[in-house]
Amino acid sequence: MPAPKRTPLFAFNQQHGARFVDFGGWEMPVQYRSILEEHRVVRQRAGLFDVSHMGEVEVTGPDAVRFLDHLVTNDVSKLFPGRVLYSTMCQPDGGVVDDLIIYCRGPQDFLVCVNASNTEKDVAWITQQAAGFDCNVRDLSADFALLALQGPAAQAILQLLTPTDLWALKYYHCAAGTVAGAECLIARTGYTGENGYELFCRPADAEPLAVALLAAGQPHGLELAGLGARDSLRLEAGYPLYGHEISATITPLQAGLGWVVKLDKPADFIGRDALRAQQAAGLPSRIVFFRTGDRRIIRAGAPVVDATGAVVGEVKSGTLSPVLNEAIGSALVQTGAGELSVDVRGTAIKLVPVRPPFVPLPPKS
Amino acid sequence: MPVPSDCKYAKSHEWAKRLPDGAVLVGITDYAQHSLGDITYVQLPKVGAVLAAGESFGVVESVKAASDLYAPVAGTVVEVNEALNAAPETVNTDPQGGGWMIKLQPANAAELDGLLSADAYQTLIG
Repeated sequence: MPAPKRTPLFAFNQQHGARFVDFGGWEMPVQYRSILEEHRVVRQRAGLFDVSHMGEVEVTGPDAVRFLDHLVTNDVSKLFPGRVLYSTMCQPDGGVVDDLIIYCRGPQDFLVCVNASNTEKDVAWITQQAAGFDCNVRDLSADFALLALQGPAAQAILQLLTPTDLWALKYYHCAAGTVAGAECLIARTGYTGENGYELFCRPADAEPLAVALLAAGQPHGLELAGLGARDSLRLEAGYPLYGHEISATITPLQAGLGWVVKLDKPADFIGRDALRAQQAAGLPSRIVFFRTGDRRIIRAGAPVVDATGAVVGEVKSGTLSPVLNEAIGSALVQTGAGELSVDVRGTAIKLVPVRPPFVPLPPKS
Repeated sequence: MPVPSDCKYAKSHEWAKRLPDGAVLVGITDYAQHSLGDITYVQLPKVGAVLAAGESFGVVESVKAASDLYAPVAGTVVEVNEALNAAPETVNTDPQGGGWMIKLQPANAAELDGLLSADAYQTLIG
């Protein structure tokens, strides 16, 4: 196995007491102090995440829009400079290659942010699909560090360090700017459900930027937060994670992501026919989010049974919601299955279906 | 944190403390709670349960994983720490105090002497 990759903030994370785990080939901070505490801090004040492991792929050229519209399920033709779009990209059979965020930097200039564990696969896939289009695909993952500042105090903290008017930067928009003197792509995006920002910067600027953010944020209660809290925050918000709620065998329609699948957009796109057919035939199974009223965590991989004891699904994600103080999760369940439960060490725990988010989140505007 | 010297230790990271009345208090060490991370649930046996040395008496769950708990000595459970139902995080904050898990009436009090001393346990965890 190759040595795990490290982000430009590895030493900074180490100095701040991070505990590291392997995540998609990266040695990443899973927590600094306590996953549950870091989670609560993001919901109540603000958290700073090192997510530099994420992949960045640049797509430029005269056919950039036409190509991206062919590649992904959402409608790229509606983008304009400064606009950001969440989408999935699918295989011809409708299974998901990855989910991603497209940042429109110029009419022919897009930055596509993909999952760390999929970056290599995605770059190969995107490059292969781009054949015949007049555009350039470049893997810029090594040229970017990425910091996520998330939580109710995020805007106040960031505004202390940037001349960019953050009131004018709406949800799912981005702007080139400076933060603490470092050139950044400032995006009003995130993976926590809170208001917040993601800052793409040069690797060499990452540490001074993190230091400046942490110092400016201290009076606002800002703390470092790791991947552990990031995962429980995204699950509480009802956001999918590749390899869990979406995968090569789970389509975006099954994952409840029909809103990013524009079957009727002008452009034909990879997977359209399969997704259309699946929609017409009805979904064989779908992702159900659940709560339990119990503190015992339901772990990914656990079989889900119906009232007769027949296996009707599988748990895909599970954690303790630090806000609700009970186990929550998601499962892929056969359509039409009745009452659901999971066995935890001999106790049948009932799954109560929930339409996420699990907790009240700020309006997205 | 130094390993308290008034307890004996099992290689599976439980501590055992002899009480004046001859009973033995059992919990997990600071090293164990630190490795587990945020503890979210502690499953304990019923009072009256009879345990063999090394037998699993419950489960401690963290955000990361669920791990078995093992009886450091044989005995009968005479009390369990009910407070951990509502506040399992006490095992993180006070593992060898308020985070105790069960009280055993040992089958053979001398069995305790076979466990690791604080020094030996400290050497084990490095």
